[in-house]
Amino acid sequence: MSDQQYINQPFPPLVVDVEVWQLKFFAKAVGETDPIYFDEELAQQAGHRSILAPPTYAVTLGCAVPDPFERVRLLGIDVTKLLHTNQYFEYFAPIYARDQITFVATILDFYEKGRGKFQFMVEETEARNQFGELTTRFKQTVVERRE
Amino acid sequence: MKHSKQVQDLSLGGTNKAMRKVDLTTVAVGDELPELSKPAITRTTLAYFCGASNDHNPIHVDSDFAQASGKDDVFAHGMLDMAYMGQLLTNWVPQSAIVSFGVKFGAIVYVGDEITCRGVISDRIETDLGFNLVIKLKATDQRGEVKLTGEAVIRQ
Repeated sequence: MSDQQYINQPFPPLVVDVEVWQLKFFAKAVGETDPIYFDEELAQQAGHRSILAPPTYAVTLGCAVPDPFERVRLLGIDVTKLLHTNQYFEYFAPIYARDQITFVATILDFYEKGRGKFQFMVEETEARNQFGELTTRFKQTVVERRE
Repeated sequence: MKHSKQVQDLSLGGTNKAMRKVDLTTVAVGDELPELSKPAITRTTLAYFCGASNDHNPIHVDSDFAQASGKDDVFAHGMLDMAYMGQLLTNWVPQSAIVSFGVKFGAIVYVGDEITCRGVISDRIETDLGFNLVIKLKATDQRGEVKLTGEAVIRQ
């Protein structure tokens, strides 16, 4: 199918600033109690450059664009029928508040199951910081349930 | 039972929690991580997470939209459960010890669900730098339904 043209073609890089206030907001939203995730002074006292981004935060940063569903729409997926089925992170270096992270996403696979009832998309993203270090590589699988 | 566990978890919280991580040389395959019980998910939880996570899909916050899309009601973002599971890990070890962390989202988490995250050490692998531990992860609701399963690798 024509959608296969998007597979294994890295999308243009997305550059995102890691904001102090948004990390504080995230910590509040998930009920975080460890201050290295919301208090810059205490994070620095604990030896961190700034507030530490929690383990799943790269996905949140990757959504910090006008339309985070642009790539799934490109594949003709109905976002209202979208479910997240798998998420995997490999970690190489921490992400901190005030960092600038560059994301490069690649669709690895796009396939259907159940005679077209389920449409899957697998995407891998690399996130590098302002020093060019790979911070994390993460992979997500989403499925659209087609009635 | 559930409430006494929550009280216990809160007593381990507070500003000094970062100082109290497990000594990995004292743990063994089969050991369980201290479980993490979260309060019931409310619409406010979902509204906060919508804003904080940048996932603005209305299916998670707008009941009218969810019903028009054929759902009974709004439901939680999978990444909210995974964030809770991440807390289970970072309450136990410094985040820098996490080598990898993956989950499979099994069942939908609805408003009112109380999520408990658990982990058990399933394997120990010797490495050049010491050892890695494999942790099997599971999140369940107040009825015991499994919402999420996963695996993390922790370095010594």
